[in-house]
Amino acid sequence: MRAMVYRGPYKVRVEEKPVPVIEHPNDAVVRVTLAAICGSDLHLYHGMMPDTRIGHTFGHEFIGVVEQVGSSVQNLRIGDRVMVPFNIFCGSCWFCARGLYSNCHNVNPNATAVGGIYGYSHTTGGYDGGQSEYVRVPFADVGPAKIPDWMSDEDAVLLTDAAATGYFGAQLGEIAEGDTVVVLGAGPVGLVAAQSSWLMGAGRVIVVDHLPERLEKARTMAYAETLDYDEHDDVVVEMKKQTDYLGADVVIEAVGAEADGNFLQQLTGPKLKLQGGSATALNWAIDGARKGGTVSVVGAYGPIPNAVKFGDAMNKGLTLRMNQTPVKRQWPRMFEHVRNGHLTPRDMVTHRFPLEEIAEAYHVFSSKLDGCIKPLIVPSAA
Amino acid sequence: MTDPGVPSAYVRDKRTPTPSREELRARIPGWGVDLDPADRPAHPRLQYPADTGAHWDFPERQPEKWPRERSVEHAFLTPVFGTAQPPKGLSGAVRKYAYARFSEGRLAHWMLLVVGDRLDAAEHRLRSFASTRPDVPATGVRTEFTHGGLRSRRGRSDARHHLLDPVVVAGPWLAAAGGAAVGVRRLVRAVRG
Ligand SMILES: NC(=O)c1ccc[n+]([C@@H]2O[C@H](COP(=O)([O-])OP(=O)(O)OC[C@H]3O[C@@H](n4cnc5c(N)ncnc54)[C@H](O)[C@@H]3O)[C@@H](O)[C@H]2O)c1
Ligand SMILES: [Zn+2]
Ligand SMILES: [Zn+2]
Repeated sequence: MRAMVYRGPYKVRVEEKPVPVIEHPNDAVVRVTLAAICGSDLHLYHGMMPDTRIGHTFGHEFIGVVEQVGSSVQNLRIGDRVMVPFNIFCGSCWFCARGLYSNCHNVNPNATAVGGIYGYSHTTGGYDGGQSEYVRVPFADVGPAKIPDWMSDEDAVLLTDAAATGYFGAQLGEIAEGDTVVVLGAGPVGLVAAQSSWLMGAGRVIVVDHLPERLEKARTMAYAETLDYDEHDDVVVEMKKQTDYLGADVVIEAVGAEADGNFLQQLTGPKLKLQGGSATALNWAIDGARKGGTVSVVGAYGPIPNAVKFGDAMNKGLTLRMNQTPVKRQWPRMFEHVRNGHLTPRDMVTHRFPLEEIAEAYHVFSSKLDGCIKPLIVPSAA
Repeated sequence: MTDPGVPSAYVRDKRTPTPSREELRARIPGWGVDLDPADRPAHPRLQYPADTGAHWDFPERQPEKWPRERSVEHAFLTPVFGTAQPPKGLSGAVRKYAYARFSEGRLAHWMLLVVGDRLDAAEHRLRSFASTRPDVPATGVRTEFTHGGLRSRRGRSDARHHLLDPVVVAGPWLAAAGGAAVGVRRLVRAVRG
């Protein structure tokens, strides 16, 4: 089969690989019909996640058709069209039993501090991912769901991660009616976080980024006010000014390890890998929130320590909330929102690349060329 | 009366009232449908799902086909695990050592894994020279011409650190070339006596 393969920082290509096989009685093998590149994949692409091995196939946002099932699989049949959450989880450990699907203890031998994720290095379990023609799906009775008839493929693939994470980010903010919510990052995650903040009763939503096409999308898709940090010498001061010097009641950090805006953080993080990513957005979140406010972090960071302004968070009495998204827990409610048109993930899809052009897709998305917000990947056999 | 020019942060109440529910509902589709925290999927924090689909207490164990590296913070090898890219060569040895010797709490664990990653890349680069399909760095770069590299970056502050990307990609190559050049010069000098 054809599969995206990592060849080292900034190098990916498509190679021939054997089709995955059933390795556990509750496995399924899924033929991928549509996949996507996530902002998280950029952390791997830039070589920032420890134990990303040459030959690894990325991809944790994908939908497809069940091709094969293991002997103990009860809930799926060959031929079912499924959407697969980016988390690999068992459904039965201490954490899964409490709904913490992204923190499953039974699927990632390499680390206890993070659960299992498809195509996301050995640090999250060493599973090949879905930017490929076929993928092994462990715990087929627990993770995947059949795609409802009314749902578009675009919405389905985005619900496996980016959209679910935006919605989850807004929930972590514990928004109260009338709150002023600042969303850092107008990528796929930030855009849905902004949409979701309204559903939870925000009184004002302000989205911060510096890419004009993304800020435009925040205004049209999420009815948000926008702030371009390239236009301000100090965006934290601007956040204070715009909130009558209080700071934001809730800040949702939807940027993560690639954050721009501070050259030293960029150099020591993404470029030199001396810290687990650039902490610029995280520090803006801490400094831009009001005292006693909440910072919700869905932006992802590596396991190496970061230069974070923890003292400010402590002195301001902030509540910090964060996690990898337990995707499947978001679905029942999110399906209603998508069906009613309150959330419209498909609106942010800008590009489609055939799997064979994976290197081009990564370069365009990573460098944010051509107004790219969300690129989808179409496998050759789809 | 306090001067209305004094911002909200210095007085008891926010000075600009939030728009009314009606106003927000008229402007934003779905405003407030998740207003009740008890109705949000993430609430309460530890929510016990009725049925996850699991029909086991502890999952059956996937066969271990080679000694699978694992965190020492785990009691045993997890019942299910990824089998992609088993550790190989020098990078594999470094990785296995990082897992066996240091917990996730230790910086050495992660730094060794980072070293393993760079060795892995170098090992594959050497192997690729011997193959019919040598690695071409950053093949996606042609999109700089097809997808408006210059146009897209106009006025963007991150363009500055994009300039570093070629250095990050080419760095190891330049270092290797430099090393080789020095080596050859030394060799030539040694031969000339
Ligand atoms: N928690 C989870 O489960 C989860 C799931 C998916 C993605 N993520 C993480 O969410 C983050 C965003 O993902 P995405 O797909 O939207 O990525 P993306 O790269 O498309 O978007 C990031 C955006 O942030 C902007 N940005 C950069 N620096 C900024 C700064 N200092 N302030 C404000 N904006 C800044 C960029 O211009 C870009 O538009 C990533 O870190 C990703 O790893 C987490
Ligand atoms: Zn992701
Ligand atoms: Zn579990």
